[in-house]
Amino acid sequence: MTQPAKQVKQLDRVIIRFAGDSGDGMQLTGDRFTQETAAFGNDLVTLPNFPAEIRAPQGTLPGVSSFQVHFADHDILTAGDTPDVLVAMNPAALRANLGDLHRGATIIVDTHDFTARNLTKAGYTENPLENDSLAEYALHTVDLTGMTVEAVKEFGLSRKDASRAKNMFALGLLSWMYGRPGESTIDFLSRKFAKVPDIRDANVAAFKAGWNFGETTEAFAVQYEVKPAVLPPGTYRNITGNLALAYGLVAGGVQSGLPVFLGTYPITPASDILHELSKHKSFGVTTFQAEDEIAGVGAAIGASYAGHLGVTSTSGPGVALKSEAIGLAVMTELPLVVIDVQRGGPSTGLPTKTEQADLLQAMFGRNGEAPVPIVAPQSPGDCFAAAVEATRIAVTYRTPVLLLSDGYLANGSEPWRVPTIDELPVIDPDFATEKNHGSGEDAEFWPYLRDEKTLARPWAIPGTPGLEHRIGGLEKGDGHGNISYDPANHDFMVRTRQAKVDRIAESIPLVEVDDPSGEAKVLVLGWGSTYGPIGAGVRRVRKAGYHVAQAHLRHLNPFPSNLGEVLEGYDKVLVPEMNLGQLSLLLRAEYLVDAVGYNHVRGLPLKATDLAHAIGELVGQAEGVDVELGVWGEPTQKEHI
Amino acid sequence: MSTDLGLPGLRSGTELVPTTDQPQTGKDFTSDQEVRWCPGCGDYAVLKAVQSFLPDLGLRRENIVFVSGIGCSSRFPYYLDTYGMHSIHGRAPSIATGIATAREDLSVWVVTGDGDALSIGGNHLIHALRRNVNMTILLFNNRIYGLTKGQYSPTSETGKITKSTPMGSLDHPFNPVSLALGAEASFVARTIDSDRKHLTQVLAAAAAHRGTSLVEIYQNCPIFNDGAFDAIKSPDTKADAIIPLVHGEPVTFGARLEDGRGAKALVRDTATGGVKVVATADVAAGDILVHDAHNEDPSTAFAISRLTAADYLDQSPIGIFRQVERPTYDDAAREQVAAATPASASPGDDDTADRAARLAALIGGGDTWTIL
Repeated sequence: MTQPAKQVKQLDRVIIRFAGDSGDGMQLTGDRFTQETAAFGNDLVTLPNFPAEIRAPQGTLPGVSSFQVHFADHDILTAGDTPDVLVAMNPAALRANLGDLHRGATIIVDTHDFTARNLTKAGYTENPLENDSLAEYALHTVDLTGMTVEAVKEFGLSRKDASRAKNMFALGLLSWMYGRPGESTIDFLSRKFAKVPDIRDANVAAFKAGWNFGETTEAFAVQYEVKPAVLPPGTYRNITGNLALAYGLVAGGVQSGLPVFLGTYPITPASDILHELSKHKSFGVTTFQAEDEIAGVGAAIGASYAGHLGVTSTSGPGVALKSEAIGLAVMTELPLVVIDVQRGGPSTGLPTKTEQADLLQAMFGRNGEAPVPIVAPQSPGDCFAAAVEATRIAVTYRTPVLLLSDGYLANGSEPWRVPTIDELPVIDPDFATEKNHGSGEDAEFWPYLRDEKTLARPWAIPGTPGLEHRIGGLEKGDGHGNISYDPANHDFMVRTRQAKVDRIAESIPLVEVDDPSGEAKVLVLGWGSTYGPIGAGVRRVRKAGYHVAQAHLRHLNPFPSNLGEVLEGYDKVLVPEMNLGQLSLLLRAEYLVDAVGYNHVRGLPLKATDLAHAIGELVGQAEGVDVELGVWGEPTQKEHI
Repeated sequence: MSTDLGLPGLRSGTELVPTTDQPQTGKDFTSDQEVRWCPGCGDYAVLKAVQSFLPDLGLRRENIVFVSGIGCSSRFPYYLDTYGMHSIHGRAPSIATGIATAREDLSVWVVTGDGDALSIGGNHLIHALRRNVNMTILLFNNRIYGLTKGQYSPTSETGKITKSTPMGSLDHPFNPVSLALGAEASFVARTIDSDRKHLTQVLAAAAAHRGTSLVEIYQNCPIFNDGAFDAIKSPDTKADAIIPLVHGEPVTFGARLEDGRGAKALVRDTATGGVKVVATADVAAGDILVHDAHNEDPSTAFAISRLTAADYLDQSPIGIFRQVERPTYDDAAREQVAAATPASASPGDDDTADRAARLAALIGGGDTWTIL
């Protein structure tokens, strides 16, 4: 078959957003495009965005589901602020996403669903494809559904079933446009629909038809090429935060030699951690789907008492319910990993959207003085290392640890360099086996006699002869651990529990500052998933020729021991957060630093462009100059963010 | 103490718990902590009974765990020299579920009260019972809140005058046995703090049962609800108040007839489908209900439980209502883990290297690419 040779245009990066009705399979389409892109070797970051309703009313704005993928020939940090390409499967998808596009962006719409009824449902009074409202964009109108039905008619499916393969037609078209390898998608479809051959064949046929349509039609004159990225050596895979987190817990079990016990209750966006861990019983992982959040953490505490690694996973509302039990783990000084995949709050809030507003809940959300160490991952792949670190702290210091992920990290993905096992820490549970107080006939086991270095108490598990003891939520006497109402003892124990958590700082790395010129007066300090947008914003400011330093916190409690010194070294400190200033508050309280907040709670990641302007403004103030970011402040196809 | 459940092939509740050849006494199970209940509290009698009974199990002391919630009775673990956790209000069944699921070699006990188990912890209780986790729950029912100084509880009779209900309580009470049977508990019994012999027999059967055993213990609170159980304790009235349940025996109670049977008997009530009390003399011997604790269908046990007086306790069935075999959650959970675990990594083996290799394969799986 000879085709007129199409022009191939080189791009350094592209942002594509697939958008359709919740039932149109946009998450699957985006995920397949991502896998093809990962296999091709681009760096990438993804941003799924979907409604909390499983099937919101068809064709409506609330029912729109989208998946954004940003891929590049270089190292990138975010899923991108503004898509270069929008694939809209219906009028609602067009309307809901149009505002995010930049001028000149490519729009591919499935014309099939642009009926009077669907236009009305989406709030259009006239068909935007037929007036000049989209004149600023490169619009491609394609009857994706019609062509899909035509392509799969030989398989004898109903029209409804046939049209459901339209997402694969769209995927095929985009895969051709960006030179993605399609073999992995054909393999995937063959596996997924192995038991229903006609559906399998229809999806494969639709995918190929979409590819061939791109190749043959004159409507798409240009094919684009984004070369593979140069990343550090290693074996890579594409991974979401929840998957990486589940793997990190399995690794924590292997590295500590402890069986993992997950006690949990399903909640968006954390449930996938349960789903994943339930597949790994071969590593001695037990998953317990409890009757509620409290029973989930209760069972995890019980399992820890019995010598397992107790873990509970949830989102913000679940942490609220677990608070009292976490306090029990503080008092009984048992290892416990509490995972909070944060979502928009308060209350039920925005279940499928991201936010970082549980930091103060993690820090203070318990009665009494109940310090809990906090760790946070900074990217989807980093959830693995964060889970291993949470396990290390929990087991070594006999304490509950809060791991703060969020909805963006949970569902977003990126290429992850797979660590080798010898890169992982070895974690020693160091179970108590001997009596530790007195000698001879009078020897006793004292459950609150502490290790001098870590202040951790001994972990004596049932079945250990001679170490029978009772623990509980009532205040413990120092050393012997019997109930004590003595005022001086309580004061001592409160301070000791705090000192134990503070002492964790001796085992964590110092915070590293990225300040290439060494001349920066402004430090941008973040935590959690804002790492990507902050990094991208900082790069833009530096590209424009200004000095700015960046640091990111893995440990929120205790802080790294050099943090105060680092903060003192800068005239101004900007703290971008997806909350109203929770880290800022902690920094001000701890270091009396005048942290400047940059705060958005829109349920979406911060935008690099907006951040760049905020950073630029502060740099201008600090250096007494007018900061002009120029092209680096605006999103274009050229910039390296 | 017999642990024969009378059911073929049934695994005992303590079957996987290591035993000891060393002779044990109640003293071995007594901790050095001073017992701090009010004088005359029914909890003392139960504690004494449990301390004397535990040696009968012949288990290693370090393999016994007592877990409690919050309330007067929940101080129990501090007084036993075993492993123990005094946890938080209402949550003991969930903590015990984690312990029992994690470790097959432990004998797990929960001590709770009517407020702890049926009010704040009601959810965990019913779910433990339906899952049938291998543990024994001792529910001390004094029909009042003691530790918070005398408010009505979920088992208090309607109209109870307390500090929080000066004009009388409005809530309809729970019947713990009915509730447990409704949750399809596999072992449900009721006993009395002051009847050491019966209490010990029930404890033995409960410990021997594999699955969740729920034992309601009527327990007198001399401070805030004294006399709540007088009718079933007083020598003058108890024959008429206690309906004794013995598996395989016709159920009669009340004053003894010449043939040794009680003057009152239980028969099926064909009008309601339930069970009713009649004069023994008025019915044929063959019509008297023979108690069958092993009946798979809990309906009759439930009907018997409904004969418990809801107000002043002047009539109550006492004994083992139900004792049936059903798969336990914790055994099944461990079996799944064992089935999924490669033979090379059988328990007890040092499979560190194997696990590390499998971890490397897991995290390095999926679609990968290598950059040199």
